[in-house]
Amino acid sequence: MNEQVREIGTQIKVTINGEEYTARRGSTVLEICEDNGIPIPTLCAHDDLKPAGICRICVVDINGGWNLETACTWEVHDPDTVITTHSPRIRRARRAILELLLAEHCGECYTCIRGGNCELEDLAEIYGVRDLRFEREDPRFEPDTSSVSIYRDMDKCIQCRRCVRACDELQAVGALGVFGRGPESRVDTFEGMSFDEAVCTNCGQCVAHCPTGALQEIDHTRAVWAAIEDPEKHVVVQTAPAIRAAIGEEFGLPPGTSVTGRMTTALRDLGFDRVFDTNFAADLTILEEGTELLLRLQAALVEGKDVKLPQITSCSPGWIKYIELFYPDLVDHLSTCKSPQQMFGALMKSFYAEEQGIDPEKMVTVSLMPCTAKKFEAQRPEMADSGHQDVDYVLTTREMAQMIKEAGIPFTQLKDSQYDEPFGDASGAALIFGATGGVMEAALRTAYEIVTGREVPFENLNITATRGFEGFKTGSIVLEDVLDEWSFLEGVELKFGIAHGLANAHEVMERLRRGEMDDVHFIEIMACPGGCLGGGGQPIPTTDVIRQARANAIYSEDEGLPIRKSHENPHVNYLYEHYLTDGPCGHRSHELLHTEYTPRGFRLKK
Amino acid sequence: MKATAGVDWCEVVDALAEKHDRKPHALMGILQDLQMEYGHVCPDAQIEVALALGISPTHVSDVISFYHFLCSEPKGQYVVWLCQTISCDMADKDQIAKALSDELGISFGETTGDGLFTLEYTNCMGMCDQAPAMLVNDEVHVSLTPDSAREIIAGYRREGGLG
Repeated sequence: MNEQVREIGTQIKVTINGEEYTARRGSTVLEICEDNGIPIPTLCAHDDLKPAGICRICVVDINGGWNLETACTWEVHDPDTVITTHSPRIRRARRAILELLLAEHCGECYTCIRGGNCELEDLAEIYGVRDLRFEREDPRFEPDTSSVSIYRDMDKCIQCRRCVRACDELQAVGALGVFGRGPESRVDTFEGMSFDEAVCTNCGQCVAHCPTGALQEIDHTRAVWAAIEDPEKHVVVQTAPAIRAAIGEEFGLPPGTSVTGRMTTALRDLGFDRVFDTNFAADLTILEEGTELLLRLQAALVEGKDVKLPQITSCSPGWIKYIELFYPDLVDHLSTCKSPQQMFGALMKSFYAEEQGIDPEKMVTVSLMPCTAKKFEAQRPEMADSGHQDVDYVLTTREMAQMIKEAGIPFTQLKDSQYDEPFGDASGAALIFGATGGVMEAALRTAYEIVTGREVPFENLNITATRGFEGFKTGSIVLEDVLDEWSFLEGVELKFGIAHGLANAHEVMERLRRGEMDDVHFIEIMACPGGCLGGGGQPIPTTDVIRQARANAIYSEDEGLPIRKSHENPHVNYLYEHYLTDGPCGHRSHELLHTEYTPRGFRLKK
Repeated sequence: MKATAGVDWCEVVDALAEKHDRKPHALMGILQDLQMEYGHVCPDAQIEVALALGISPTHVSDVISFYHFLCSEPKGQYVVWLCQTISCDMADKDQIAKALSDELGISFGETTGDGLFTLEYTNCMGMCDQAPAMLVNDEVHVSLTPDSAREIIAGYRREGGLG
């Protein structure tokens, strides 16, 4: 091993702009400068992604070398490296790069969804660009509106490849690549397919990582405005657990500010007739999915049947499309439970409509989700078990924030309010669905208690083994002194796994295929890094620091709730007593709350 | 050049992956072999290459689109590559381009109706001392004049017509 590599991580002295700093050997110039508050402009760099050195806006001078070097990729190994981050030469070089980028960026800022939150616009502001040195190119592309989730306007693309890298590195999907070369090069799909034909999971991580407005969600705000303003329509909204920990960021609040009460007030002010909590359906999911797991275990352990284990969660529509595309032969491992969004939608236009005496035809169900794949899920043809499309429109966190701003609602000053009944109360277990590991923790709190009659043996019900951002976590819990009806589980060590981000899901599925998961009973998989709180519909930017802050908000809100376990949600119990009377996984719930999957495969049919 | 109809790409690519390796670094070798054998790398073959190497089909086609000498659509029996780089450009390659275009009745990037010729530009082939130069499949022709370019094409036409 060479001397330099061996000493990575030791402290060395470097000089930046004439001042001496201590740095970790092997850090990039960009990291050292960021740690010391020295501003370096970036576009292709993102905390989630490997350094790429593509856009070159971050150029700096290293030891007075012939060429300027990219700060994002230059690792400092030599002690006494002399770095200059601003000089006439550097300023001119960065400015020229910016002017060239602006020349091929077509589109008007004031009609752009990212107006006010665009990294290119920010740089143009910093560099005082008041006119364009190079004539702007003519538009080259037609916008791609084919996907139900994601809108592509490649004329706004600056080819930083953050979408390509997010899709590869974080999600292992590879929907996007860079085609051609030189001035003809462009970000595109395999065979130039439209997004709805391409191998895409609709997760929206490309959107979340785009520095400009080239990638955005398909807009549902106009349809929702129309519904709200139509007096004939009864418009209900459900809000996913991850929104309340993130939407505040859109109004200038620091990441990790929990704004549940202000959000419900804002939605009511906006004109929704009822504001419900998706967490109610998350509690329902736990009862259905937990029961399903216990039934699978019973079938395997007692009846010796060939049921698929491990059972894998099915809440994340990006993950569902991923397994359908890449592991179509393994979809039987998925829980048949619909996601909370879809359980909620199915109950809205059946149970709720019947109880309230509302014609489901006159109902519009909107869901507020941290997710672009939920737009796809809502439009899956099988998601109509109420006899209508169960969920009509899906708004991302960003879209909802824009509507609140448009309505002129002073979000940060609002008073707190509660969700509406009967779908307002939910447990802390449902709330933590928003973080990776949350579904597992919620399921364990309930399943353990169903089987043993006792609470999970962890301090304050916090199952810390399920928490944190490690790519794939495993753990186990031993079932002892079980109730008589679950005697077949006595002494069983229930093994679980948790993965988030589809690249990690890919690893899990490869291991499963090799038979390395045969002793695992239950796996939670969420498509997006960090779980829903890092979803493709969340405020931009999202980084690990921001994900952690949102997770903290979710876990601390859980601790403060009176009900912490899904099976203690009184409304869920009411539903089983009065509507789904044959219980979890019973006939009625199978009709409304469970679903089936489409083994798609990715050897493409054009 | 072999025909592509009815080829079992899974089998073909498997043999090439065995030869080159089943890792991403084997990509160029496999693509060059496919291009050589079949004259192009069709989308079905690209998908099999991706599966064999554990990369995305998008990545495979992204690489093909970058290189002039790899393509995903079939080209003519003879691909004429006229050099467009500085020395050839200064040696009046535009006149050669016009002669080739007139002789074949097609523009650059197109293939003749009989499937015999495709006309393309290429970047420097290292024949700068004998500019202007062109490549027809893997044969180099140098110090071209409009007349010699037309004659060279006529020669291939005779050869192709016989084949």
